[in-house]
Amino acid sequence: MQKTYEEINEKIARGEAVVLTAEEVARMASELSPAEIAARVDVVTTATFGAMCSSGCFINFGHPEPGLRMESVSLNGVPIFGGLAAVDAYIGTTEVSPSNPCYGGGHLIEALVRGERLVLEAHGKGTDCYPRRSARTIIDKDNVNEIIMVNPRNAYQNYPAATNSSNRIMYTYMGTLLPRFGNITYSTSGELSPLLNDPELKTIGIGTRVFLAGAQGFVSWNGTQFNTEKPRNEFGLPVSNARTLMLTANVKKMDPAFIRAAYFERYGVSLFLGVGIPIPVLDEDIARSVSVSNQQIQTTICDYAAPGHPGIAKVSYAELRSGYVTLEGKKIRTAPLSSLTKAREIAEILKKQVASGLFPLAPPVQSLPDHAVVRGLRVEGDAI
Amino acid sequence: MKEKYILEYTEQVVEEPIIYSLVKHFDVKVNILRAEISPGREGSMLVEIECEPDSLARAEAFLNEHSVRMIPIAESLGFQQEACIDCGACTAVCFSGCLTIGEPDWKLHVDRSKCIACGLCVPACPLGLFTLKFGD
Repeated sequence: MQKTYEEINEKIARGEAVVLTAEEVARMASELSPAEIAARVDVVTTATFGAMCSSGCFINFGHPEPGLRMESVSLNGVPIFGGLAAVDAYIGTTEVSPSNPCYGGGHLIEALVRGERLVLEAHGKGTDCYPRRSARTIIDKDNVNEIIMVNPRNAYQNYPAATNSSNRIMYTYMGTLLPRFGNITYSTSGELSPLLNDPELKTIGIGTRVFLAGAQGFVSWNGTQFNTEKPRNEFGLPVSNARTLMLTANVKKMDPAFIRAAYFERYGVSLFLGVGIPIPVLDEDIARSVSVSNQQIQTTICDYAAPGHPGIAKVSYAELRSGYVTLEGKKIRTAPLSSLTKAREIAEILKKQVASGLFPLAPPVQSLPDHAVVRGLRVEGDAI
Repeated sequence: MKEKYILEYTEQVVEEPIIYSLVKHFDVKVNILRAEISPGREGSMLVEIECEPDSLARAEAFLNEHSVRMIPIAESLGFQQEACIDCGACTAVCFSGCLTIGEPDWKLHVDRSKCIACGLCVPACPLGLFTLKFGD
């Protein structure tokens, strides 16, 4: 059973398309074969709502009169990157206020989406073409020219779970890890997670339309640290962090329900983001991919107390979600870090948007790399 | 009845045997779960009290006379529920069973009667939604 994008879009236009969430299809797969699912289901929606540090926004403030070449720029006291043309800047999620390290770029982005007003302070040296040397004013999303989210790395295809073998409590981006394997934290939405439902990225590539914090955005490139070479399990799924996406969308169209600033104790600022991607069920192979269940998806438990965070065990998301994992005979509590409730909400919204034709499907303009590995950084003086 | 309370001692009474008096004169069972004297010398104690309702009322009157505030545990744990995104990060550190998340709804459930005022949820919440009034 083969279907084309055109056929699926025509079915959507006729109001006949069957659109289900990845969780619904995973349940369906216990009774139906991939061939039967391919025949019955047209689109499957996937979603995640997790902390994604590698996110940020370009903001173009508009030109004041006389002009200012903004070189040193801050919003609410948080430095933002002004090393671009005169009134362009980049708000990086993890940048923090020098006077309050718990407040940073993530909070600025959330505040902008909420429509809150922020204090802009900008300085330049004054040039013949931009004579003004400083400006202090109030901005919000409606009075600046443009705010475009460009996130270098979102929606990781799987992510290792974290634990701590040491005798001290560890505060990490994977949450608070209690001593002596006191807990395990994990952070994907499992069978609902976008890139785990299309492991080889047959339908997701450059130009794929995505739900990004309530706005319609696009995959603009592969995400940084894109890795196709991670070990896979018997179902063809990577068992640790593999592929990633670079995502872009208009911040002015985002919904505050799907974006939230975060501060991880003794780590720093991050940003919870809602990402959703519909996957067209073009053939039996894709039907098999979107049918994947939490029993089949596995990840690696890494010890954050040991150098390099080595993997110490492999575990399924069904086990992680049960609340306990047994490690070397010890029953260890597990806890999620990404919101399944929010991910489900996004998958449901996307289902309605796709079915009603508000979220058109199209093939990628260009596939993401077939082969890519991640290089480390060699620091001079370190032992090789 | 059996309930958890935080007893807040002022500097003046921090060295008095208040619990001894409670047990001896008011027929209440007191289980001390946690106790601290802050640098300012005020004291905080998490206790589970088991007794008849009238004994509890008399015990509370006695504590008030001695400048010890008796605060139900539910009032000491502050939580901005409306801002919660149900990520579950707090459940990683809550061993008392106060904060739980799981099937079927994966929403955070808060059972304040199980809180033991350990305070680990306060820094564990990435949105900073918890406050705990215990000690300083």
